[in-house]
Amino acid sequence: METVCAIEMRNITKRFGSVTANDHIDFSLNHGEILALLGENGSGKTTLMNMLAGIYFPDEGEIFVNGKPASIRSPKDAYDNRIGMIHQHYKLVDVFTAAENIVLGLHEGGKLNIKAANEKVRAICEKYGFDIDPTQKIYDMSVSQKQTVEIIKVLYRGADILILDEPTAVLTPQETDKLFAILRNMKADGKAIVIITHKLHEVMDLSDRVTVLRKGEYIGTVPTSDTSPQALTDMMVGRAVTLNIDRPRYEHPEQRLELQGVTCFDAEGVKKLDNVSFTALGGEILGIAGIAGSGQKELLEAIAGLYPISSGSILYSPEGKAPSNLVGKTPMQIKKAGVAMAFVPEDRLGMGLVGSMGMTGNMMLRSWRKGKGIFVNRKDPNALALQVWKDLEVVTPSTEFPVRRLSGGNVQKVLVGREIASSPSVLMTAYAVRGLDINTSYTIYNLMTEQKMRGTAVLFVGEDLDVLLELCDRILVLCGGKVSGIVDARTASKEEIGLLMTHIGGKEEA
Amino acid sequence: MNQSTKTPFVRLAKREAMNPWKAWCIRIGSILLALILGSILIAAIGKNPLAAYGTILDGSLGSKTMLRQTVRIAIPLLGTALAIAPCFKMRFWNIGAEGQITAGAIAASYFALYWAGKVPSALLLVIMGVTGALAGGLWALIPAFFKAKWNTNETLFTLMMNYIIIGVVRWLQGGPWEGRPGSQIIPEFDQDACLPRVFGVHCGWIIVLILVVFMFIYMRYTKQGYEIAVIGDSINTARYAGMNVGWVIMRTMFLSGAISGLVGFIIVSGADNTLHDGVAAGVGFTAITVAWLSQLNPFAMIAISGMLAILSKGADTLHTRMDIPASISDIITGTLLFCMLGCEFFINYQLIFRGSKHKHAPAEQKEAARS
Repeated sequence: METVCAIEMRNITKRFGSVTANDHIDFSLNHGEILALLGENGSGKTTLMNMLAGIYFPDEGEIFVNGKPASIRSPKDAYDNRIGMIHQHYKLVDVFTAAENIVLGLHEGGKLNIKAANEKVRAICEKYGFDIDPTQKIYDMSVSQKQTVEIIKVLYRGADILILDEPTAVLTPQETDKLFAILRNMKADGKAIVIITHKLHEVMDLSDRVTVLRKGEYIGTVPTSDTSPQALTDMMVGRAVTLNIDRPRYEHPEQRLELQGVTCFDAEGVKKLDNVSFTALGGEILGIAGIAGSGQKELLEAIAGLYPISSGSILYSPEGKAPSNLVGKTPMQIKKAGVAMAFVPEDRLGMGLVGSMGMTGNMMLRSWRKGKGIFVNRKDPNALALQVWKDLEVVTPSTEFPVRRLSGGNVQKVLVGREIASSPSVLMTAYAVRGLDINTSYTIYNLMTEQKMRGTAVLFVGEDLDVLLELCDRILVLCGGKVSGIVDARTASKEEIGLLMTHIGGKEEA
Repeated sequence: MNQSTKTPFVRLAKREAMNPWKAWCIRIGSILLALILGSILIAAIGKNPLAAYGTILDGSLGSKTMLRQTVRIAIPLLGTALAIAPCFKMRFWNIGAEGQITAGAIAASYFALYWAGKVPSALLLVIMGVTGALAGGLWALIPAFFKAKWNTNETLFTLMMNYIIIGVVRWLQGGPWEGRPGSQIIPEFDQDACLPRVFGVHCGWIIVLILVVFMFIYMRYTKQGYEIAVIGDSINTARYAGMNVGWVIMRTMFLSGAISGLVGFIIVSGADNTLHDGVAAGVGFTAITVAWLSQLNPFAMIAISGMLAILSKGADTLHTRMDIPASISDIITGTLLFCMLGCEFFINYQLIFRGSKHKHAPAEQKEAARS
């Protein structure tokens, strides 16, 4: 049993046009182990795993499943080989229930027996500790519940080799812990699990072995117990990288933004922000923490003028000028009133970038209205694109190459680079490092700190509490649309914030 | 090696980018394929394919008169394709060009019928053109307004608007504008209300060629063109960049309708010299094909609308000279369009057959040498 690997890939090569995504990669996975597949953006992790899932077919090389040569031509072949992959983007039908989604596409003989399916789903939940109601509709589910459905879908099809592509990117710390407990249960059950991730502490916490890829090449595999985050980073990046975030103090912080009792409702009349009041100072990074959907997105959109505010005021005090109220102004008016805000939306491509345009076209989103006459100025945006390309080391063939076709990290760099280049006096970012590798994340952290030292008020919505505690000056915690508390990031503990995230004021209910 | 038998027989791979000349080879290849399929069809009904193709070319380009008639067919096609290009770029599916042409034609006809002789010819033509454009623009503004305000479905809305305006023409034909009582025909325009001829064709061709240049510059270099492109890609991004999406939709539809209305004026004043309910004659729909085939590039539209005009004119000649029914010509045209649209698939994707040698053979040889 121990001698036969669950998966063995030998000399796998995959090319896309002139790009070699995987260059003669060897990979092995045992039953009853969790293997972390680590690498920077564009290092070929997802491509390699997609070849196991039947999405791509390797150009060269061989795949062995349980010691036998296998040819995986389609996702169905993958299931026949008992391999299942949970992708980053969930593929679920919103109006179906969990169980309906799970059985969707199965070719079982006879009539569809949804009751039996519900029972089978319940049994799987019980076995591994999932918390899902098979009859609940997908549109009623949180992101983490949707992910659970995807995992059960794979288990339902009998997979005993599971691949998870960045499963924690969208989860809160608590949800991540829950997921990891489940993955450990599966491991104990003899399943073989691959987890693709960027987060080193997760690798150290969860995995048995780590395989590192860099730029499409195989770097090595090490037992987790024999390595350290620093050593792994060095393998990933190919050179030594410092993992400390510099947090200097700005000398003269001054009030920049003051929210007083801001309350918002969504289209269905649900209260999204409830009497939110706080001040943001120029020259500080104000972290915003909270469970996903606690009002972070609405808060930033409300300040940017993209979300209707039903009551309350937002006072903005530009350097050396009298404060003015932003409520009721359109995004354009907020800009025209002299308010410079930079906003990195949660959903990078859908709101913030134009996928079909190149870097230049995307830089123009900030400046297209500038200048007299009917023609757009392409020269300045092009110069800016070249600068961002160089400064942030964006990997793209040219400034005209559609950003849709860049990897996630590079898309993010384009967006953040543009927002920072507008020299804002309030910089708001949401999940600026979501899905980014370590190297890029640290570039972004440094850019935030740079902005802070220029006297900018930075609002940083983040999900990694470790990072928030290291990067920010103060942290505001949202809980169900209310401000649960504001803590000093230099003295607060992770547990304190975790408690504030789930309980207003941080007090356990009796 | 034994692995090769297990690889899929054929699989698809997205191409990164293709040499422009290679892409053109595929496009020309697709046209050749369509011609071959067409010849099989012609041969099947017992005619000589080569003679038929010769007749199409000869009948559409062979003489000055024929060439002029072909150009006359191409003018409204090109103009309307230009009109719908900004809408499609914005992903606003305006399939109501037919109605917008008709609206423009009605407005122009009013002045042709009732103002002729009262103002100088040149002024009359300008008034007809301007009012035609205004009418087309306003007609297009209605669905755009509803889209912007209440997010109605523009495809259905613009389509339905076509039937209304054509009904209006029928009413005018039989009622207030009827010429000889009972004729159901609107009288021919006064010479003053007809577009002058340049090189034997009404000068609409000059107007649409100017529009080609205008639309190219508008879409590529202006702020408004940029707004249209951003909205077409992502409405959320446009909002985020501070664009007033509803306003841009209305403005663009007004522009689109105005150009269609201008085409309507060109048709009644230049080609038909009167108004009837078939004034648009399906041009509003064929223009969608022209716009797609040319990938919204105004200059490519010249070639595509020209090609369709040749086929259309050639089909008439085919019918009269070789007794090949018009339906056969339609099948040939359809096959050609299908092949031309379909070939884009092969430009974006490549098929890899089992056992085929990869283009990266050198790498494999290197590997073989190493082992």
